[in-house]
Amino acid sequence: MATAIHTAGLCRRFGSTDAVDGVDLDVSDGEIYAFLGPNGAGKTTTVRMLTTLLRPTSGVATIAGYDVIADAGAVRRLIGVALQQVALDPLMTPRELLELQGALYRLSRAEAATRRDDLLERLDLADSASKRVMALSGGMRRRLDLAMSLIGRPQVLFLDEPSTGLDPISRRAVWAEVRELNDSGTTVFLTTQYLEEADHLAHRVGFINGGRISLEGTPETLKRQMGQTRLRVRVAEGQRGAAASQLAAFGHVQSSDSDWVIVALRDGAPAVPAAMHILHESHVSVTDVDVQQPTLDDVFVSLTGDHLAAPGAKA
Amino acid sequence: MTAELRVVWLLAIRSVRQALRRPQMLAPVVLLPSVFLVANTGAAGRAPSLPGFPPVPAFLDFELPGIILLAATLAAVPGGTALALDVERNFLDRFLAAPMPRAIAVTGRLAGIGLVGSLASVVFLLAGVLFGMQLQSGPLGAGLIVVLAGLTAAGFGGLGAAIAIATGKASYVTGSFPLVFLLLFLSSTFFPAELLRDPGATIAAGNPLTWVADGMRGPILNPGVDLQTTLAAFGGVAVVGVIGAGSAYIALRRRLVATA
Repeated sequence: MATAIHTAGLCRRFGSTDAVDGVDLDVSDGEIYAFLGPNGAGKTTTVRMLTTLLRPTSGVATIAGYDVIADAGAVRRLIGVALQQVALDPLMTPRELLELQGALYRLSRAEAATRRDDLLERLDLADSASKRVMALSGGMRRRLDLAMSLIGRPQVLFLDEPSTGLDPISRRAVWAEVRELNDSGTTVFLTTQYLEEADHLAHRVGFINGGRISLEGTPETLKRQMGQTRLRVRVAEGQRGAAASQLAAFGHVQSSDSDWVIVALRDGAPAVPAAMHILHESHVSVTDVDVQQPTLDDVFVSLTGDHLAAPGAKA
Repeated sequence: MTAELRVVWLLAIRSVRQALRRPQMLAPVVLLPSVFLVANTGAAGRAPSLPGFPPVPAFLDFELPGIILLAATLAAVPGGTALALDVERNFLDRFLAAPMPRAIAVTGRLAGIGLVGSLASVVFLLAGVLFGMQLQSGPLGAGLIVVLAGLTAAGFGGLGAAIAIATGKASYVTGSFPLVFLLLFLSSTFFPAELLRDPGATIAAGNPLTWVADGMRGPILNPGVDLQTTLAAFGGVAVVGVIGAGSAYIALRRRLVATA
């Protein structure tokens, strides 16, 4: 499969700070690649370099084989960009904005009008097409921003934190659209702080921290390699200590203030029957049980010792 | 129409829409010059009887070109402010990430400011005729005034755009435009050159805005179009344009280099 995005030793320095410090990356045609990392990790700087908005200090970056510096014009013809902060004019209407964006992407008047109407319909904005942006909700603005990034039928779409600040319904709508775009062949490079978003959308994820990619792979592989299945058991009053000491044989017992005893199973889900059996043998009365599959948050915690944001949290 | 010209046209239309949809943005272009016009014609209506004042049918006929020039130069304020807001809101990135020459963001904005300046001149010309001004050179002269106003607005718009791009802050644009008044008062915009004293008279003689003001005043006061005055006016516009637009393109280039 052809390479849509390639970087080698990509660096960007601001003063004495290395915002991006040697990123090596290969994203195949038709892939959804998620760049995960906390604020200030280097996600946006990487996107700005890949979209020709920022010149790398050193290293190489190509989009569909075109160098982002030497062939910037060709790169811009192939890409669509929706930046982290929705970039809209509040005094304009979605119809006017899409018309302008169509002209910027060199579509003919007729072609731009058709594309504009298609996108307004597709992103559920047709009823608000003549309202000024200032009157639109946050979700509608984000969808409009996405529509503008799609006007030129991009081969590679860059989405910088596309669902930050959105309510769950709007977030699902954006996710559905990204999936649909990808199904139609568009390569998607998205940055996110939300593990759920990466898990839901991405074929592959790359964890970036301190300007470097610290881990990369499919969500399933990473979770299998780095995450641990957790067994949570609720026990009768006064039996937490006994339960914890019995379960310690199966993995690290995590502290908990509630009635639940949580153990990160060393051997994963297959150890659950044996763990339950030993509790039974030890006369520990289990009132509830829950098995938690590993998440990308586990992977992130194992890499950085810290958690990333939850989708509902403020960015 | 080429793709580039279409974008410039759409951006020019966008500027006009922005001005109309945010009425407070029109205050410097319409309200302030109107107040000037009323105050000046009211308070200095007998000025034409002063010794040395050039012969004019009424003070309004002398003053209106100055008011049009004031409106044209002040069109740079809303235009520059809107561009600064584009920078603040990252809207400028849309142009920079598009497959278009990056300078089109500036060209489109200057065209828009020029269009706003031209429309303002039409409004003031109509108001002048309504209140008894005699446009001696007819529609040809009116067209000349509209063109000069548009080009002057675009030139000064370049200065506003340069400040907007360099600082990315709307407040810097609005804060720096009292300087426009300094340039206007050091020209024959509001007073006949014949009545100015040195060093004001000498400065005014070399001030491109004097040439533009005289070029706008000629078609109102005289039948036909005087070639020499008109060429001088376009020369003044060219000086303003080169300095203004040049500053804006340099500011954009510096911004791209700074982020490059």
